[in-house]
Amino acid sequence: MSSPAVATTSQPPTTDDVLLRVDDLYKHFPITKGLFKRVVGQVKAVDGVSFEIPEGKTLGLVGESGCGKTTTSRMIMRAFDPTSGHIWFRDRQLGWVDIPELGPAELKRIRPDMQMIFQDPYSSLNPRMTLLEIIGEPLLVNGIARGEELRDRVADMLRRVGLRPEYVNRYPHGFSGGQRQRMGIARALAPHPQLVVCDEPVSALDVSVQAQILNLLQDLQAEFQLTYLFVAHDLSVVEHICDRVAVMYVGKLVEVADTEELYLNPLHPYTEALLSAVPIPNPRLRRDRVGVGAPESSVSTNGQRAARIVLQGEVADPSNPPPGCPFHPRCPYAVDTCKTVVPRLRELKPGHLVSCHRAEELHLQGVPA
Amino acid sequence: MSAPAASVSQPSALNPQPVLLEVKDLRVHFPLDEGLVRAVDGVSYSLARGRTLGIVGESGCGKSVTAQAVLRITPKPGQVVGGEILFHQRPGETLDLAQLPPDGRRIRAIRGKEIAYISQEPMAALSPVHTIGHMIVERIQLHLGLDKAAARDHAVDTLARVGMPRPSQLIDRYPHQLSGGQRQRAVIAMALSCRPSLLIADEPTTALDVTTEAQILELMKELQRDFGMAIQFITHNLGVIAEMADEVVVMYLGKEVEYAPVDELFFNPKHPYTRALLRSIPRLGRKSRERLESIRGTVPDPYSIPRGCAFHPRCPFYKPGVCDDPQLVQVGERHWARCARTDEIGVVA
Repeated sequence: MSSPAVATTSQPPTTDDVLLRVDDLYKHFPITKGLFKRVVGQVKAVDGVSFEIPEGKTLGLVGESGCGKTTTSRMIMRAFDPTSGHIWFRDRQLGWVDIPELGPAELKRIRPDMQMIFQDPYSSLNPRMTLLEIIGEPLLVNGIARGEELRDRVADMLRRVGLRPEYVNRYPHGFSGGQRQRMGIARALAPHPQLVVCDEPVSALDVSVQAQILNLLQDLQAEFQLTYLFVAHDLSVVEHICDRVAVMYVGKLVEVADTEELYLNPLHPYTEALLSAVPIPNPRLRRDRVGVGAPESSVSTNGQRAARIVLQGEVADPSNPPPGCPFHPRCPYAVDTCKTVVPRLRELKPGHLVSCHRAEELHLQGVPA
Repeated sequence: MSAPAASVSQPSALNPQPVLLEVKDLRVHFPLDEGLVRAVDGVSYSLARGRTLGIVGESGCGKSVTAQAVLRITPKPGQVVGGEILFHQRPGETLDLAQLPPDGRRIRAIRGKEIAYISQEPMAALSPVHTIGHMIVERIQLHLGLDKAAARDHAVDTLARVGMPRPSQLIDRYPHQLSGGQRQRAVIAMALSCRPSLLIADEPTTALDVTTEAQILELMKELQRDFGMAIQFITHNLGVIAEMADEVVVMYLGKEVEYAPVDELFFNPKHPYTRALLRSIPRLGRKSRERLESIRGTVPDPYSIPRGCAFHPRCPFYKPGVCDDPQLVQVGERHWARCARTDEIGVVA
């Protein structure tokens, strides 16, 4: 795989297994002030992001709140227009299209092929619509089905997501969070999309229901050959469901790798800190020492987790990111170069991209297998 | 139903350390138009000085209502209808908080001073029109009787203690001027300003990012070591429980289904619900794309709690006639479970 970071071409990918390719994507929101909306600054929500997703695979996009992961996914859905950059999508009817360049007519034709599953199963379903109307709407507006056929397809979709087909005339009121999320999934999958953007699909659900929904998403992916962009902050969920993971920090990708590689051998100090911060449901692995940045030789011994790396300070302000590497004020390994030179995302090992000046020399701890 | 509170094997009788809080068969009911909601229906535990008790469960299981009952801040129309909340303030000085009027002088002297509370959403705990300093100073003046200047010094010290950057400046900030992590630090500083002996933390890190969560959890452990307070930690996250708790209460639909030391709970769970929960969570370091073992069905709504064992419609071990009225039974030295079939359900690693 060539490094997407250096791809400056605006040509569509030539490989046929890729479904979506994001090329050097930027989104800057202006900060305005006063009566005349004078622009006084820019929030660099997404600042040069590139990745691709092969067909039928799942890419996880992880990072903390405000890192730009939701903005990225909304640009792919064309809810926002990017400031610059390309989003190449291989539509089954139109072939390769650059989503930000599409006019209204073409956009409407590709809408059924890319759908979204939302985080909150309460606010994402209209309480005044029946399930037939909710799940049937994407079929109706895209002219895919109507009348009796519409009803049959909605009932079929309900069955596939594990709900009873008799529910078609009921309202979402009175259903549990897990059942509502199944409705949201049914709505997204009803027009048989190629790409599904899942924005934190299980983070609002109860623990005992999360597993059901994750299993359902995997089953449906196999059944319909779906491609997922899985936006989440929970690293254990991401590890479970994703083939490849991209880690974002203050609008930039800091590391991209296959899931197992990223979790075992993280190359970016931010990834290491994120993995180390996840509370592990095993009291015998409890770490009892307060870490102020890990010593560079911290190696885990006999499967035990080494001392937790507790990052100091806060996530950088995207309207005023620090010079050099945006992570350097919190990075325990930062040297002078990191404060001035912005690191580029580069392919250090085959398929493993990282943007850190010191990636070769650091020996970071991953998750013990 | 036989009263578990009167039985000899009461869960609240076995901590080796001096006990600070004993809750016995607590019941909190909400008479609503839709029916009577038994939000907490038989919860017993004890918490020793300087230790951490975790209460874990899914939404609607009654874990927050339990915490509110201890503070006597149960929202109306909820009422503590049964049980005891014994607070051993000083040796030989025991108060049953359940008997105190919720707005009386005695509970108000304890609330905020002896027992402090941290809520899930720091923004809801902070007044948007007061500076954080104003709120902390007010509490210190009220409970410790210091004058304004001394109270302010004490507040700055406490803010510094919880790792607030530039405390003498940030003390004059309003909550909206602070980041999420700083707000939660301010709330913790407010809670700890009067050196409570018991801190009740209700999902204190749920609204935070994972790196901020790590900061706050480490901070709470450090402050517990230094101040020696007991913590009642409420969360739905089993990872946080494993990291923080010494003993754990598992709740399901208002009932305490299991009570055990943390290692025992994770490696020798006795209740089918606990077992299922532990197996259904995705864990770091597992082979990815494996199927998770999920619990069938969903948590029922509080107006139609299943008869008999509330977990039985989702339980793989349900046996008609056996699971009608399970009691909290002792299954190990310091281990209780509310299940009629613990003997037949094998030990899980």
